[in-house]
Amino acid sequence: MLNMVWETEGLQTVGIVVLVCASLKLLHLLGLINFSEDSVEDELELSAVRHRPEGLEQLEALTRFNRKELQILYRGFKNECPSGVVNEDTFKDIYSQFFPQGDASTYAHFLFNAFDTDKDGSVSFEDFVMGLSILLRGSVQEKLNWAFNLYDINKDGYITKEEMLDIMKAIYDMMGKCTYPLLKDDTPRQHVEIFFQKMDKNKDGVVTIDEFIDCCQNDENIMRSMQLFDNVI
Amino acid sequence: MASGVAAWLPFARAAAIGWMPVANMPMPIAPTEKNKRADELIVLNVSGRRFETWRNTLDRYPDTLLGSSEKEFFYNEETKEYFFDRDADVFRAVLNFYRTGKLHYPRSECITSYDEELSFFGIIPEIIGDCCYEEYKDRRRENQERLMDDDEDKKDAKLPNMTFRETMWRAFENPHTSTMALVFYYVTGFFIAISVLTNVVETVPCGATPNTKEVTCGDRYTVAFFCMDTACVLIFTVEYLMRLFAAPSRYRFMRSVMSIIDVVAILPYYIGLVMTDNEDVSGAFVTLRVFRVFRIFKFSRHSQGLRILGYTLKSCASELGFLLFSLTMAIIIFATVMFYAEKGSTSSKFTSIPASFWYTIVTMTTLGYGDMVPKTIAGKIFGSICSLSGVLVIALPVPVIVSNFSRIYHQNQRADKRRAQKMQKARLARIRISKTGSSNAFLHSKRNGLFSEALELTSSIEEEQHLSKNQSLLESQHHHLLHCLEKTTNHEFADELCYEQSYLEGALQSYPSQSPSLSSQEGMTGTCCTRHTKRNHAPLPNSSIPTCALSHTHPHHNLQELSTIHIQPLNTSRSSLNMRVDEPARLNCQSGTITTAIISIPTPPATTPESDAHPPPPGPALQNVVKVSAL
Repeated sequence: MLNMVWETEGLQTVGIVVLVCASLKLLHLLGLINFSEDSVEDELELSAVRHRPEGLEQLEALTRFNRKELQILYRGFKNECPSGVVNEDTFKDIYSQFFPQGDASTYAHFLFNAFDTDKDGSVSFEDFVMGLSILLRGSVQEKLNWAFNLYDINKDGYITKEEMLDIMKAIYDMMGKCTYPLLKDDTPRQHVEIFFQKMDKNKDGVVTIDEFIDCCQNDENIMRSMQLFDNVI
Repeated sequence: MASGVAAWLPFARAAAIGWMPVANMPMPIAPTEKNKRADELIVLNVSGRRFETWRNTLDRYPDTLLGSSEKEFFYNEETKEYFFDRDADVFRAVLNFYRTGKLHYPRSECITSYDEELSFFGIIPEIIGDCCYEEYKDRRRENQERLMDDDEDKKDAKLPNMTFRETMWRAFENPHTSTMALVFYYVTGFFIAISVLTNVVETVPCGATPNTKEVTCGDRYTVAFFCMDTACVLIFTVEYLMRLFAAPSRYRFMRSVMSIIDVVAILPYYIGLVMTDNEDVSGAFVTLRVFRVFRIFKFSRHSQGLRILGYTLKSCASELGFLLFSLTMAIIIFATVMFYAEKGSTSSKFTSIPASFWYTIVTMTTLGYGDMVPKTIAGKIFGSICSLSGVLVIALPVPVIVSNFSRIYHQNQRADKRRAQKMQKARLARIRISKTGSSNAFLHSKRNGLFSEALELTSSIEEEQHLSKNQSLLESQHHHLLHCLEKTTNHEFADELCYEQSYLEGALQSYPSQSPSLSSQEGMTGTCCTRHTKRNHAPLPNSSIPTCALSHTHPHHNLQELSTIHIQPLNTSRSSLNMRVDEPARLNCQSGTITTAIISIPTPPATTPESDAHPPPPGPALQNVVKVSAL
């Protein structure tokens, strides 16, 4: 008998608790009560960052482009990124559109890090145009320097086999699945081995900047292909 | 490639410098911009409104009117602008397409005028962006349905030379075709009504004699009712048999809903005839009489609204299912809670959970009979929550059903949902084709591109101009970029089929293949290579030779071109193109790998540059084309 009394009492309590909670939730929904103080600030999203680049004259001085070229570059840049800066996702998006068959996001990530020289998580027009200036108008030494910077993921001055393997895998990812001949799993690794055999003169397992530049300057193919894109803009 | 990011192509190409130190092979030559002129503003005068844009913007889409040389036809020499005598408002959307890469549909425009403008400017409507595509398709569908409606009204003209059977069927389906059909229609309708009425009146108590029990009319005037019933059933039977005779596909007719209703309507009478002598099954006999009420469904042939209602319920099956499911869940939950809440109270009607179901249903549908009422406080609390939630749960799916009904009613019950699904599939297929088209464009132009690169190295200016420049500069630069990537990684882009087949090849190669099974291999891989040959319109004379298996373990052949393009002999540049065209394929029997390639030795320079489209005459080609096949 007692059990039945307790059961009903318990259920009564439960019922009342449910009622109270439901009414509190309703009031919260209606906005009359705020449980935590920072719930209001959820409304204010971080408004889009707006960035205005330096003037044309400063950019002309910093880079090797002339006025007209800078104008064309900026128009294209701003068209695609109206806010004036590119963050990593947009960057990956844009770069992936050029390689529809494969997955360009890993390589785009490395590229992004190479362009984002001040490491603030976004590429502004200055970063963009300074990177392009090195790539398109720089001396061979500077271009090789840039490439070394790209491969050296942790920027410690040495390219290790692991870093090179990451880069290589990223490049092969851009090819996608449908290739001829079929991509095998250790193709990137083999390619890395070839690379290291060529570049690592003292066989210490890492490639330093001097070994890299030295070796590239002695390789005719590489020298020639460095000039390939000189007339892109 | 999305032309919206055309501005970033220079960046992508510059970034390709990052691949250079890694590549082991020389890179292909970059396409040069032959007539590089500074970008200039173009003025487009559309019915007096001037639009100005850069020439490069328009050049992004070279297969449209504005992007090609077709616009020169509209050039006005005096005012130095391009004049179009078209609608300026729609032109805004067209020009924005060039600027942003996305085509929008302005909702205030008429669909036909928009379509006309798009076809004038050479833009296909399928590329309308997702934001506007639904609206566009809806308007288009409405338009087409309106056109179809106008057509249908003309279709009712009587076709000559119809057999008697066909005329009868048409008369049954469409009562307005002839007077006989109309008469038949009304007669059957009348008898259905009579039959339903007699069923109803049969059960009314009438005429009580003072000392006996009340009798129903059916029992009092048995003979009369029996005669009426017989007459109705006779008419229905005759009608059913006539329909069965006239139906074009009897089997399908017998399976249709209406015929089942007909059968169910008349069957109880016959069963009753057979069973009148047996008193034991009179109970079952009474049950059968219930089915006579199905005769009322026969009215649905006469009423369009009923048919629409039935169709609506069928098409809202998912909403109804959701309603049912959520109601069941709620009923079970609340019934359980009410049972335990009311367990304590004395003389509670909530004797079991199933017994509480009745209370829950009555409360949730806000009927509230009052035959079961909670007495405890907990029970009352939960009971009120139950009724509140009942209102919500039932009110939610109902508007969907209502809007569905009204839509179908207004559109006169066309089967547009089914058609919309087909269109959606077709649209997705078209988008997929255009996307693969971009990657296929590269594969296509690669074969032509090698050819053009070869030309560029040694040929004269005239031959260069012969090259039909159907690729825009943008495309050629993009393809050059992809080509560089291929050279860096030592692998080529291939299309899906070749990938699948070479994948299967790899799987098959792991088992030592006996020669009988080789024939199956040949058949499978043969398609890949012949596909190549077909695509280049150059089926080689001995392409019927069976084996053309692909090899991918041969270390020496880095790049085996499977193309059958005949290329000019270029001794000096051979190494740069890295084509081992004069190296015969190896036979590698012991390891079981099958190595072949369809290699063509270049023909003498007498052949014209356009020979990639026309194969040289088979005679001389036979000597020069080395088809090495290995078994």
